[in-house]
Amino acid sequence: MRGQISPQQPDAAIDLDHVTLAMGGRTILKDISLSIGAGEFIGVLGPNGAGKTTLMRALLGLIPATGGSLRVLGETARRGNPAIGYMPQFRSQAGQINLCGWDFVAAASDGHRWGLPLPDRRRRQMVAEAIALVRAEALADRPINSLSGGERQRLLLAQALLGEPKLLLLDEPLISLDPNHQSAVVDLVREVQQRLGIAVLFSAHELNPLLPAIDRVLYLGRGQAALGQVDEVITGPVLSRLYGAEIDVIRLRGRIFVMSGPLDLEHHAHQHEDDHDHDHGHDDHGHDQNRPQADRRGAGHG
Amino acid sequence: MFDYDFMRHAFGAAGIVGLLAGIVGYFLVLRGQTFAGHALSHVGFAGATGAVLLGTSPLAGLIAFTLLAGLGMGVLGDRLNGRDVAIGVVLSLSLGIGLLFLHFFTAYATQATALLFGNVFGVDLSTLAVLAVLAAVCLLALAVVARPLLFSSLQPELAEAKGVNPRLVSMLFLGIVALTTAACAQVVGVLLVFALMVGPAATAQQLTSRLSRGVALSALLALIEAWGGIALAYESDWPASFWITALSAAGYFLSLAVSRRLRFGRLPA
Repeated sequence: MRGQISPQQPDAAIDLDHVTLAMGGRTILKDISLSIGAGEFIGVLGPNGAGKTTLMRALLGLIPATGGSLRVLGETARRGNPAIGYMPQFRSQAGQINLCGWDFVAAASDGHRWGLPLPDRRRRQMVAEAIALVRAEALADRPINSLSGGERQRLLLAQALLGEPKLLLLDEPLISLDPNHQSAVVDLVREVQQRLGIAVLFSAHELNPLLPAIDRVLYLGRGQAALGQVDEVITGPVLSRLYGAEIDVIRLRGRIFVMSGPLDLEHHAHQHEDDHDHDHGHDDHGHDQNRPQADRRGAGHG
Repeated sequence: MFDYDFMRHAFGAAGIVGLLAGIVGYFLVLRGQTFAGHALSHVGFAGATGAVLLGTSPLAGLIAFTLLAGLGMGVLGDRLNGRDVAIGVVLSLSLGIGLLFLHFFTAYATQATALLFGNVFGVDLSTLAVLAVLAAVCLLALAVVARPLLFSSLQPELAEAKGVNPRLVSMLFLGIVALTTAACAQVVGVLLVFALMVGPAATAQQLTSRLSRGVALSALLALIEAWGGIALAYESDWPASFWITALSAAGYFLSLAVSRRLRFGRLPA
């Protein structure tokens, strides 16, 4: 059913119409048209630099499209849309601060308004609800520099859920988590998504941890995108087109491996990240190549 | 010791500066920009000595230079991240230029010492009034930017997505920091601004993980250390700036020991 959602559907969470995105003069995504429904859980995959973060930043209105139109929840993508919840890739700097979970989450409530963060009932209730949604009550009093990666992700998710968003953009929430914590985060996001009936874009390096949760998969590569059911998209021909190389897809006991010759590409992607580190360090804001710096630091200290 | 005008002025100046530095310093430490704050005060040295050379008030030169440098750093924004070497080079260049200005000015020894290490017992009424105005402006400005400042300090990308202009917030904050360092320099001198801006704030952050308590504790500690330093200087005849740095360092290292015990006590088995 979900595979047949047609473009320009009125209740679509995301509608891309011939969208082209560029960063620093380089085209990241070219002429993409797709539509994502209001209650869908979408796994966003693709090699590093394929545009996962760039797409999210465009949906948030942080970078303009160089062509086409992006519509989010029925309106043109714009910065500060309160209906979008966003969980950026975690930067290790904030994780080293001795600040309790509650104050960390609360910093994001009304954080865009000028003035003093004075306590008031409405804000306190908003924060308490978001923390309860991710079952992080026990983390509210603990300093964030004492939390494990999985616990920290729950607080970040609570932050993203402030203000009852209709669309959640989660940028690599599984990075530097071990497999147990990975599946706990995926299950939690799925549970929250179902309960609130919202749309989720969940980007990841690996498909397998997402398999139990996702409705459809959006695979990006070489400026192109493929959106559909896992069985339609994760195939040799489709991925060969996205990678520009011969790709084999191997299914083994409910798990899927994307291979190029002898290499497991999704695992290999982590090593690629470091190769790009030095080239783009001067850029102001991260596009995908700029991310790995944060990732690596996160992995080192987190 | 309150019989003397200079002592009353000293306590007044240290009180104003302590409260201001403690509050602003908390956010400086939270943002991990302590080195930028340190560098700003050094840039002020060139401004203060330049002002002396031109025959105007060193405080005016100090304020003008730190403010310009602070706003400039804010404009550069993210590009300064991880550029400690560049900041350090500008820092030493500023001290060098300040030295050159003093070289052209004849009676430089006492002037230099006062600027570098502070002369809290030399604060007169008009300086006290300037400090009060500086503090009022800084705290008012901080009250206006507090929420987006906190948000973009902890979650810069999320804040930007929600409509915060991180560059504007950073610029305003570094402007506040610049004015605060100028005020601090009146008490402890440009070289020791760290003792009041960073020491108490870092100590408070070791001792509490609550934001509101942290800010209050930081202000309280800075006030105690500044007043304590002056009282100890009065009793011992050693420099007030020495005592303030000593109290600041003692507070910080004690808090490290205490917080380690707290943390081990709190960890679940």
